[in-house]
Amino acid sequence: MRITGFAKLGCACLVLLAVGVVAINACAQVTFVRIVNSAKEPQNWLTYSGDYAGHRFSSLDQINTSTVHSLVVKWVYQTGATGKFETTPLVVDGILYGTGPENRVFALDAHTGRPIWLYQRQLPADIRPCCGRVNRGVAILGDKVFFGTLDAHVMALDAKTGNVIWDVNAVDYKNGYSFTPAPLAVKNLIVLGVSGGEYGIRGFIDAYDADTGQRKWRFYTVPGPGEPGHDTWEGDSWKIGGAPAWITGTYDPETNQLFWPTGNPSPSNRGEGRVGDNLYSNTLLALDADTGKLSWHFQFTRHDEHDWDSTQVPVMIDEGARHLIAQANRNGFFYMVDRTSGKLLLANPYGKVTWSDSKDAEGRPVAAKESSPTPEGRRVCPGAAGTTNWMSPTFDSQTGLFYVNAREQCDIFSTAPQPYEAGHAYYGSAYFPADDTEPYWGALRAIDPATGKIKWEFPHPSPSWSGVLSTAGGLVFTGDAEGNFIALDAASGKPLWHFQTGGAVYAAPITFALDRKQYIAIAAGSSLYTFSLP
Amino acid sequence: MPVKTDHVLEHTSWSLLALLISARGWIAFLMLTLASAGLCAQDHNPFAGDPKAAKVGEFQFRINCAFCHGLGARGGGRGPDLRRSQKRHGNSDIDLFRTINQGIPGTAMPPNGTTGQGVGMTAEEIWQVISYLRSVQVKTAEQPPGDPAHGKQLFYGDASCSGCHMVDGKGGRLGPDLSGVGGARAADYIVDSVRNPSRRLAPGLTEATKEFPQEYEKVTVVTSEGTEITGVTLNEDSFSVQLMDANEELHFLEKDGLRSFKKSRVSLMPAYKTSLLNDKDLEDIVAYLLSVGTK
Repeated sequence: MRITGFAKLGCACLVLLAVGVVAINACAQVTFVRIVNSAKEPQNWLTYSGDYAGHRFSSLDQINTSTVHSLVVKWVYQTGATGKFETTPLVVDGILYGTGPENRVFALDAHTGRPIWLYQRQLPADIRPCCGRVNRGVAILGDKVFFGTLDAHVMALDAKTGNVIWDVNAVDYKNGYSFTPAPLAVKNLIVLGVSGGEYGIRGFIDAYDADTGQRKWRFYTVPGPGEPGHDTWEGDSWKIGGAPAWITGTYDPETNQLFWPTGNPSPSNRGEGRVGDNLYSNTLLALDADTGKLSWHFQFTRHDEHDWDSTQVPVMIDEGARHLIAQANRNGFFYMVDRTSGKLLLANPYGKVTWSDSKDAEGRPVAAKESSPTPEGRRVCPGAAGTTNWMSPTFDSQTGLFYVNAREQCDIFSTAPQPYEAGHAYYGSAYFPADDTEPYWGALRAIDPATGKIKWEFPHPSPSWSGVLSTAGGLVFTGDAEGNFIALDAASGKPLWHFQTGGAVYAAPITFALDRKQYIAIAAGSSLYTFSLP
Repeated sequence: MPVKTDHVLEHTSWSLLALLISARGWIAFLMLTLASAGLCAQDHNPFAGDPKAAKVGEFQFRINCAFCHGLGARGGGRGPDLRRSQKRHGNSDIDLFRTINQGIPGTAMPPNGTTGQGVGMTAEEIWQVISYLRSVQVKTAEQPPGDPAHGKQLFYGDASCSGCHMVDGKGGRLGPDLSGVGGARAADYIVDSVRNPSRRLAPGLTEATKEFPQEYEKVTVVTSEGTEITGVTLNEDSFSVQLMDANEELHFLEKDGLRSFKKSRVSLMPAYKTSLLNDKDLEDIVAYLLSVGTK
């Protein structure tokens, strides 16, 4: 058994444990410094992507290419809820925190899966979240866990009891706003973006004081009158311009910059009436974490008419002295952007793309005229769900590869005028598959971020909504729509182990360790599975 | 190496049935049912005859319904043509409201708000969709052409349809059960499926949490012992396949134990050209399927 990964377990609180009760309390405190240094305590999973850089990589290597074949189920927790189970659990010092559909939040003994507490929010009957009553996870800071609700509240719960510490109403859910992503804890702030791009909302990213719930700043992703970018909207279209921010961003402690991507402009399938680039829809924003002030922005898809939210985790990668952001975008291109300036370095398709056949002077893919939706409908690749969607990628610093689940799916996009009505669906028509569509499929793809080229792929019979985890054991873990949870050789893509969970995977795996034993966890169907070596 | 499957893509597919009917859906359905009980009480469309409501309903239709029922409600391969006044689950205002709001249990028609398309409709919006459907409704003949009695004879006799297809519990198992096809599909769609069975493969196994159904794909495998088996896939994932062969035997196979695994989108069903089945006989078979499917 290789235990090199465990030799690195440098959690200060493990040392402090020896001095007694006070130290145990100190241990329960997840400080900002601990999250910054999350790589030093791989036994825990302290934030949505495992670290601030968005790598979803772990240095644990007990489960590796030689041992993974004997992986077995350790415990299973059933939420009792149906609907897509999208959580990325967090693990802190032996306790696992997750969220389920219908705004459930649970804390489990990570050794056994036995619940410690369960919180379920009573939701109003008239919420209509577009894409399921889902939630992707909590943030943890100090002795509290934080999450956003489907009726647009932000809440802090006591980490030991689930008691409500504070509950803040961010915005009126009746106008189509909701929260689905896991917040990001930075310094003493809880940062999260709003969902609701299907309703003609005006998107924003909020930061709340972790102790009090007081809102410290709000960045509107659609600029108001007098603000830069406001002139990229026609008339009053900015008021209902969309640009939600429904995925967890990343953070660079060196520069105190948050990197947060945004979603589609509204209405998603109709550009008429909102002539212009429609900033900051489908944009990567660099924001000062203390103030929410914009440092720079990079727009992936200008004036989007295909619902291609750029809500994919922006992954921080350093190449020598170059500090970069990598993003596999829903529009089918893999982008590398300089994270000090927002300058584009690379845009390469990693799936079938028909909407763009040229690039502008800066290297951005430009939409071909014949890619716009028409009243009769027009076939465009990728389809509305994109070449990827919100599922987390991973960056493995050992192989230097970026792994993402890609979808190969084209759709017919149609458009029609649609009056805006507050709180009602606002798509400007719709998309649907045509009779002559090829079968949809998917693949886990390993991309060389330096070139954007695909190194290997592992095909799925149908597109997968699973995130990906990489580990120092030379492995990548992912799930599929057929219910398999799979470990593959990170270097070659060869499947080394698989387990049938019995339900489609709509979540991303994590890993953690207890008593020198490494665990892998994944939500599938309505159950949370953990695996370890026997 | 990753498992390689041999996709033969020259034919088009039914691809997805936007079927996210989950138990979550049922909860939502129950809530909606309770919430809209008052609105359901009315049995006539409050917007009847209002062309503006029909126009607004068209937007709602595109967002919520066109994914399966096609643009213009002409049928999309997954959902039936809704322009026909004869509908299996009723065509009165209240029937349509119920069908849209509650779905049709046991079919691909999900309750309002659980389709994965759109965000669900208010009662008002459902009535607007019904207004739209009325605006595109076409009159269908009282009696469709063809002789259903002769069609039944052919189905179970000379045309050998029943070798692979069941109707009302009688017939073969290799192909889809056709008991309800006459209610779900337009006549020209059924004709095309007989003449060009590979154009769209029928959906098979559908699971609550899966985005796409399994289709009636043809699969040919060679086992480790060298036995060749040809059949249709009942289910397939990256590592295994569950298939039925032409003798209706079930085979559950792990792909890594196979010498070869080949999938094809050329249907196992023979294409019935006019030389095999003339237009008149086919019309009779369709008349039979319509008579069973819409009863």
